[in-house]
Amino acid sequence: MSNLFPHPLPWYVAGPLIGLMVPALLLLGNKPFGISSNLRHLCAAVAPGRIEFFGHDWKRLGGWNLAFLVGIFAGAALAWYVAPPTVVTLSSHTATALRQLGLQDLTGLAPREVFAWSSLFTLKGFSSVVVGGFLVGFGTAYAGGCTSGHAISGLADLQPASLLAVCGFFAGGLTGTFAVLPLFLR
Amino acid sequence: MTLLPYFLLGSVFGIVIVEAEVVSWFRVQEMFRFDAFHMYGIIGAAVLTAAMSILTIKRLGLQGADGAPLGFPPKMLGSGARYVVGGAMFGLGWALTGACPGPLVALVGAGVPVMLVAILSALVGTWTYGRLRHTLPH
Repeated sequence: MSNLFPHPLPWYVAGPLIGLMVPALLLLGNKPFGISSNLRHLCAAVAPGRIEFFGHDWKRLGGWNLAFLVGIFAGAALAWYVAPPTVVTLSSHTATALRQLGLQDLTGLAPREVFAWSSLFTLKGFSSVVVGGFLVGFGTAYAGGCTSGHAISGLADLQPASLLAVCGFFAGGLTGTFAVLPLFLR
Repeated sequence: MTLLPYFLLGSVFGIVIVEAEVVSWFRVQEMFRFDAFHMYGIIGAAVLTAAMSILTIKRLGLQGADGAPLGFPPKMLGSGARYVVGGAMFGLGWALTGACPGPLVALVGAGVPVMLVAILSALVGTWTYGRLRHTLPH
């Protein structure tokens, strides 16, 4: 079944499909495509703690987005079950660089040596999963959006703030890739 | 308001980001190392498609059920600090986890269940921001 789709699905198919999320959500209910807001809604639902940022009506404002989020999980699980992209055809330049950083297994969707329960409390596992996750949550809340909200919706809507945010994304991503990953992967 | 259409739309998004390997830690590395066009092609084509759609919606003057024009509320620029600093923090997290928020959730369903811990950690991160918000420059 794994050759049901060419892997990876080509950019000129995937890109427009992702872009169409924006008008689809606008037409469905004038909703802005942006996934990281769900982290805020979930905080408001679970532990608002009388903090102003979590004092909003998360069910009314975020119900649709949480349904979208559950859909992402369901769609991803279905895709993984029906046609899993198990072997990534990686650029040889990146593959060489990653091997030099000490990664042996370059198959799957994430390096198994790092993203496994058994690695969670090693330096590389903890840095990648726990520290990385924290930065994703703090950073997207502070910046008011992630790849979907700023890089796709915001840039498409020609918002200067989103251009600034995307510059920030790349400043952080390049620092992470070239300065931080080598510190704990090697 | 029924949530089913949003769930279905999310499912399509989930299928696409798994099959296009947007959720792959390795593809994100390729992107940050400028070694492949794939991710740039996806983001670029997505922005272009979304931009043309927004333009069309504006031209047609489409309105929502409440009569408000369809579109995004403008993002306040302020000093810009939140976008640069917050953006860079997220970018660093993106490089470390190899995933932004959508892919984090997708990966839990796509064979990397340990990402559940990254999501919990992201929730702690968002909560911490909410707690410290009044002390941070925006």
